[in-house]
Amino acid sequence: MNDVSSTQTITAAPSVPQPSRVALAWLILPLAVLALAITWLVTANPLRTFDNGAPPVENLTFERTVLSSDGIEILVRAGGSEPMTIAQVLVDDAYWQFAQEPSGPLARGATAWIRLPYPWVLGEAHAFKIITNTGATFEHEIAVAVPTPVSSVSMLSAQALLGVIVGIVPVAIGLMFYPALRGVGRNGMNFLLAMTVGLLAFLMIDAAGEAFDLAGESAAIFQGQAMVALAAAASFLLLIAAGRRGGTPAGLTLATFIALGIGLHNLGEGLAIGAAFAAGAAGLGTFLVLGFTIHNITEGIDIAAPMLKKRPPLWTFPALTLLAGGPAVLGLWIGSLAYAPQWSALALAIGAGAYLARSDGRGAAALLSWPVMAGLAFGVTFMYGTAMLVKV
Amino acid sequence: MMTVGDVDETRNGFDTSKMLTEWETGTVSDLPDGRTQHTFVMEAVDKEIEIAPGVMFPAWTYNGKVPGPALRATEGERRKIVFRNYDSQPHSIHFHGIHSARMDGVPGAGVVNPGEEFVYEFDAKPFGCHFYHCHALPLKRHIHKGLYGLFVVDPDPARHAEHADVARSRLLGTPENAGWQELAMVMNAFDTNFDDENEVYAVNTVAHAYTKRPIRILRDKPVRIYLANAVEFDPINSFHLHGNFFDYFDQGTTLTPTSRTVDLITQCQGQRGILEFSFKDHEPGLYMFHAHQSEFAELGWMSMFEVVEQVA
Ligand SMILES: [Cu+2]
Repeated sequence: MNDVSSTQTITAAPSVPQPSRVALAWLILPLAVLALAITWLVTANPLRTFDNGAPPVENLTFERTVLSSDGIEILVRAGGSEPMTIAQVLVDDAYWQFAQEPSGPLARGATAWIRLPYPWVLGEAHAFKIITNTGATFEHEIAVAVPTPVSSVSMLSAQALLGVIVGIVPVAIGLMFYPALRGVGRNGMNFLLAMTVGLLAFLMIDAAGEAFDLAGESAAIFQGQAMVALAAAASFLLLIAAGRRGGTPAGLTLATFIALGIGLHNLGEGLAIGAAFAAGAAGLGTFLVLGFTIHNITEGIDIAAPMLKKRPPLWTFPALTLLAGGPAVLGLWIGSLAYAPQWSALALAIGAGAYLARSDGRGAAALLSWPVMAGLAFGVTFMYGTAMLVKV
Repeated sequence: MMTVGDVDETRNGFDTSKMLTEWETGTVSDLPDGRTQHTFVMEAVDKEIEIAPGVMFPAWTYNGKVPGPALRATEGERRKIVFRNYDSQPHSIHFHGIHSARMDGVPGAGVVNPGEEFVYEFDAKPFGCHFYHCHALPLKRHIHKGLYGLFVVDPDPARHAEHADVARSRLLGTPENAGWQELAMVMNAFDTNFDDENEVYAVNTVAHAYTKRPIRILRDKPVRIYLANAVEFDPINSFHLHGNFFDYFDQGTTLTPTSRTVDLITQCQGQRGILEFSFKDHEPGLYMFHAHQSEFAELGWMSMFEVVEQVA
């Protein structure tokens, strides 16, 4: 895409007269005015008329909590209009000893760890309240207190196993339907393709919703809602543009895009599950894991569907499986080690954009045929139904 | 546990350890009828005060202090309070006591606009442990922002022949009174984020002040506490003493206790009373006192007496 536009510039250049010094001067003028305006704002401070003596706006977001035998550690991010100072910390409505690291006022966007030697109780809820020097308060709750898993080889390998089960295995199972799917006729094909559109539409809505939820939890400085929308739009446009280089994406190219979108989705979900582990919030029972697995089998079918017309080389199957399912493992690791809601939101938003890119270019004419309608309905219903197994 | 760090009491302009024993008796003048008149000057000023380490509160104060000065007079004396309002809000002083409607310090009778002045005049009666506060509207806000204080009227022994010795021990300036350790305490709280719930509780404003610097008590000398409850938003407050029991004089308007041998009393908003006890038979050490609402205690209303041997 970049080469195309630069070629255009080069070919267009000769028809335009050489930029003269006068033209350059016209470029300097607005910049000089801008510099002047900034200088005036800083030195004359005309905004002081708006200073009504109100205290600065303060904001504090809780990004991570770590519970251990030493007590509780909380990672907070400041988002005030001015640097803000944490004065006292309350745990369960009691002032408590704490240490802040790094100490001192927190600039906009800066983070600090608050360490509290608090005797938290397994399985119970604990509430935190931070009071700043202006008396403003910021609250956070741990719904169920459990020790934060310490990252160790055994924990990481256990998480990898979980990632394989919820990410890689279902995609592989889905792709195993490939030979069977090749045998279906034209109507069957339409049904399958429409079904994947339905599945992906569900996933897109699901991922976008989750992304917006997580964006709401992240610090205001990240402008979560805008970040999610922009990331989704960017990934959508990028995939469309990349796909169009060789005409409308089809076959293996399309399958790869779908796998990539699913991979990003799994990364986002992996991050969220890993973070839930780290926060002790996940009671991931066998049933829940099973639900995820069944839910995700369709991802394999999604990838297989566009490749039915022409069989790709065999190695592409494991490669696509890894591309789509592998990020779940990565997400689990990252999520449990270093997590903040904005990263999960970002990954899910990129995934949602990828699903949207997949839905693009579908002929409207074929939409009204029975196999297509049935496929769409089945796809959405199946996803909705299996999602019931995992939503808590 | 406790708040972390220390409050800069120099910047606050009032010292929590000194305000326990600081009584304002006013300037004394003689009236034509032979009685004495005590004149007090009270000024309403707004001021940022540090109520817990690092936590600033935009307070409204009498004379720059929260609680306001502990006023003290003798039963029957004439009192004249010159009140000037230097704040940007209308304020008043409403005294609990016997006085005329004109002197009540409520809207229409002694609420003073910014930059203006009003003189409250009345006889100090009845004797007891009383309270004063701003009665401008909205009431909750004018009180919780810091406009309140103790107003103690000592009994005149001449008027209470049957308990003259008790009255003398309560009368500031007598040798009998000098045999007591008297302490002025106002239980208060602060809603720092203005959500109509208190974040900080204390006795005399600064959270945990007397835990970090315990109040020294001489073992042989009996203790008398003038206690008032200025907490807003929470209906009641309480005072509980460790390792000891006390006699309690509700509102302080009697010379015999209204409750004997108790270790816990409750006060609703604006209630007050006198506590009398002794550590004479105790071994020296740290004795806690605090609100028995554990929530208040953990939010700052936790204190210590340090009982020491009489120093020669
Ligand atoms: Cu007032």
